[in-house]
Amino acid sequence: MRNRKNEIYYNALVLPGMIFLVIFSIIPMFGAVIAFKNFVPAKGIFASDWVGLKHFHNMFNRAEVRNVMFNTVFLAVTKIVLNLIVPVIFAILLNEIKSLAYKRVLQTMVYLPHFLSWVILGIMFSNIFSYNGMFNKFVGIFGVQPKMHMIDNASFRPILIFTDVWKNFGYGAIIYIAAILNIDPNIYEAAEIDGANRWHRIIHITLPGIRGTVILMATLALGNVLNAGFEQVFAMYSPLVYQTGDIIDTYVYRMGLTKMQYSFSTAVNLFKSGVSFILITGSYILANKFAGYSIF
Amino acid sequence: MRSKNNVIDYVIIVVLALMAASCLIPILNTFAMSLSDKTSAALGQVLFLPKNFNTTGYEEIIKDDQFFRSFGVSILRVVLGVCINSGLAIIMAYPLSKTSHEFRMRNVYMWIMVFTMLFNGGLIPTYLLVKNLGLVDTIWALVLPGAVPVFNVIILMNFNKGIPSSLEEAAVVDGANPLQCLWNIYIPLAKASIATISLFSMVGHWNEFFNGRIYINTVKNLPLQTYIQNLSMQISAEQMVNMDPEEIVRKLAVSTLTFNCAKAIVSMIPIVAVYPFLQKYFVTGIVMGAVKE
Repeated sequence: MRNRKNEIYYNALVLPGMIFLVIFSIIPMFGAVIAFKNFVPAKGIFASDWVGLKHFHNMFNRAEVRNVMFNTVFLAVTKIVLNLIVPVIFAILLNEIKSLAYKRVLQTMVYLPHFLSWVILGIMFSNIFSYNGMFNKFVGIFGVQPKMHMIDNASFRPILIFTDVWKNFGYGAIIYIAAILNIDPNIYEAAEIDGANRWHRIIHITLPGIRGTVILMATLALGNVLNAGFEQVFAMYSPLVYQTGDIIDTYVYRMGLTKMQYSFSTAVNLFKSGVSFILITGSYILANKFAGYSIF
Repeated sequence: MRSKNNVIDYVIIVVLALMAASCLIPILNTFAMSLSDKTSAALGQVLFLPKNFNTTGYEEIIKDDQFFRSFGVSILRVVLGVCINSGLAIIMAYPLSKTSHEFRMRNVYMWIMVFTMLFNGGLIPTYLLVKNLGLVDTIWALVLPGAVPVFNVIILMNFNKGIPSSLEEAAVVDGANPLQCLWNIYIPLAKASIATISLFSMVGHWNEFFNGRIYINTVKNLPLQTYIQNLSMQISAEQMVNMDPEEIVRKLAVSTLTFNCAKAIVSMIPIVAVYPFLQKYFVTGIVMGAVKE
């Protein structure tokens, strides 16, 4: 089957993309050596002095970095858990609806937020959670005092988590809806004849039917433990909520591009990339072992 | 038994209706605010219907030349970005869908691609590179760093694997080379998948704002989302710390509220316009990308 002439074509077709990957992805990996240097733009990457692990020591000694790490893991883990549970519940409930037209309308509505940018959603939610906003009007009915939630440390994390789940639950449910459709309808019929009620059917047929998909998605999500949602936080936070809302990615941005601490910022970033790399690789290995998943 | 079941049916219908309605509430609220007068909007008197119907927000957009320039920059970015992303995905997915027996280097390329997906050099090294290449403040800084959409290449590659190889073999017997096979067999058969990944790229480029923020210094070159974000953050963080809360509310609310809402609504138009297509194609796309045989 091997055909040298074909392979020349194949290589030529892959080449342009590979050039882009090498330039924009591989070269910056070497550029990350500035994490071990004292990078001064005037000197350039090569001529700047080596400082070893100084920036990494510095990083672990700063209380703000520990805070940022905590925020990141807390937000990311909560989002991972809820972004798994809510879509599964939605998919299961949707499966209980008999009217196809109603199903279609519901799906059309819940997929929409996934396609809107965090800039737009940031504007929308800062209105809703503002002092005179809809949220305060609503909880005011129950006698809750109004607050400026977007700049309130007690409210900011719940807002980030809620809006993220809100944006993604419909889209996240697609895969479970597809998995449920793959369950053999005969099983449901047989169960009904045997007198199983709705609850029995969900617990004994639907849930086991999508268990594989849920486990796979949970495993793959492990790789995101340090991804707390950069664009979202960046579009919604302000200095008043750094204490609860600042995450690694926003911290890296501020240290690097606004405070010009290039090397320190890159060290924090490299730490994150390294840990993430281990987590993602681990999750792929687990997914491959238990679900037969392969990336390619 | 029967009536109990009916009650649960209604509960489920209502719960789902509430979940779905929650997805539209912020959008409807913003739309209503964009068509209200500034005071009613700032005082929170607007829910889902405009109060004191008023188009000032939109009139301010029409007067804002930069809004249209940024809209244009974003359109250009989407066109260039989608052409580059999908063009590269098409030509890469075809050879990579061959087995490593037919294409020896295949797995090497695959590992390079996956590695770039798992690990990156980070913000500062990438920024320094883009700067040294002289791309800062040009549209190329927004489309070239992400030129290869690795995930889309994998989606398309998996689709190509499903195309029966007998089609290509028949063409080869007739003397077709791989380029002709790609053009005459794979591209026509993969049209739906290509549409899917192109829509993904389109939405991604339209919504992305952070690269615009770091790579573009001149206001007139800003893409739309970045421009909108800059404006909505007009009251800078430092100012905020020094103001008392009431002052912040007044500043944030009155001056730009309806204008901001109008901008959010106008910048959503392209997404809403392609939403029917998105819905048609992305379900297939996401299922193809996540679970494979």
